Amino acid sequence: MPETSRDLQLTADGELRHFLAIEGLGQALLTRILDTADSFIEVGERTIKKVPLLRGRTVVNLFFEPSTRTRSTFELAAKRLSADVLNLDIGTSATSKGESLSDTLLNLRAMASDMFVMRHSQSGAPHFVAQSVTPDVAIINAGDGRHEHPTQAMLDMLTIRQHMKTFSGLRVAIVGDVQHSRVARSQIRALNTLGVDEVRLIAPDTLLPHEPEALGARVFHRMEEGLRNVDVIIMLRLQHERMEGALLPSESEFYRMYGLTREKLAYANPGALVMHPGPINRGVEIESAVADGPQSVILGQVTNGIAVRMAVMSMSMGGQLNERQSGTGEGVAST
Amino acid sequence: MQDIEQLLDRMTDDLRAHINARGLSSLCPVGIRTGGVWVAQALRERLGIQTECGELDITFYRDDFSRIGLHPRVSPSRLPFETEGQHLLLVDDVIMSGRTIRAAMNELFDYGRPESITLAALVDLGRRELPIQPDVTGTHETLGPRQRIKLRGPETLELAVEEVPDA
Repeated sequence: MPETSRDLQLTADGELRHFLAIEGLGQALLTRILDTADSFIEVGERTIKKVPLLRGRTVVNLFFEPSTRTRSTFELAAKRLSADVLNLDIGTSATSKGESLSDTLLNLRAMASDMFVMRHSQSGAPHFVAQSVTPDVAIINAGDGRHEHPTQAMLDMLTIRQHMKTFSGLRVAIVGDVQHSRVARSQIRALNTLGVDEVRLIAPDTLLPHEPEALGARVFHRMEEGLRNVDVIIMLRLQHERMEGALLPSESEFYRMYGLTREKLAYANPGALVMHPGPINRGVEIESAVADGPQSVILGQVTNGIAVRMAVMSMSMGGQLNERQSGTGEGVAST
Repeated sequence: MQDIEQLLDRMTDDLRAHINARGLSSLCPVGIRTGGVWVAQALRERLGIQTECGELDITFYRDDFSRIGLHPRVSPSRLPFETEGQHLLLVDDVIMSGRTIRAAMNELFDYGRPESITLAALVDLGRRELPIQPDVTGTHETLGPRQRIKLRGPETLELAVEEVPDA
């Protein structure tokens, strides 16, 4: 599956066709996504926050796993591109009646959908769909299992670039449950591709993947060491369901060791950015005074999320349309 | 190709006449990226307009998205003034099919309802595909089938005719 990411995601001309994973995408393309998103931020500040790019297209939000925030920002992004949006919470409908994933998708295709935004608990589900079921529908991965959550990573990259202007020379620490985090996996890849100096993971061994160095990151077990000289701190959400196993003694123990308090924040560089994909657990991963403090850019991340999603949706739809009638597009602008 | 300074002077005179005839007060200049912004800035200076130049990037409003996808280079539009109820001066370097101006007007209306839009173009190549005509034009040119015209800048503005390589 990962070997084919690149080929699946790109057209013959190297344009985005699906957006499934950060893996397989180069620095130039990631930078273009960020540049395009910058322009969509401006659209969000207008009186009429809409552009006609996806007018007449149908976008289906296909969520096999519940998520209010991600789904609503995708919905808003699609609507600001003038698309028609259909929200389907599959967990509660067809599949519970025994319909297979393939059958559900065939039905959606029969409704002439142009794009699926897909979240699934199984790693690789969007790849499977992009590969086998839908040759002419653009697929956007909104999070698959423990694999990737590429739009979340890109909105984080956009937030970092807004504040830091560049990626070179930056040290970025990712703190918390890396092992179960598809967000972290996408972030590490994006940060390394965009050329930061160092990616650090700060977590207990029980919450780290087996070979964290293979991901291109340096591991720390103590905040005091890991946060030293860091420019950006990304806190991950601690999922309550993980606490039931033997991975962690308790939430309060986790907070004492890895919670981002004002005292621990002081180890990082002055003015270091504090980020969190949300929803935040106050007093579990992060102290309220830090989450609401001057170094926090958490709410800016949400705004950027809409712009980044508009960018990948319009770029992959454009690549898809271009490919559908390849050979006829001359690429010459008319004046 | 004619001297650009002369073209801009002529456009300035024509714009003054247009402004007087229509009784327009305080035009707000808006250039279409990239060349249109340079021309808009030159006209703004000559007309003594105080308002800063707006800059439009029409990428999100192009009518060829479904044929060629999203253009690779896009930068944010910037309108440093309220357009609602204002008289706008929309400027581009070259007008041909009229599609760029159609896209630009659609974009402008997403910022509010202007009182009026005056259109100025440095070069008119004819071959219109839409019923859109500039109020003020610097010069009319006719190009060969494999030629295109390009405005170079921004320090010194210069018009150049280029040969389009075979597809």
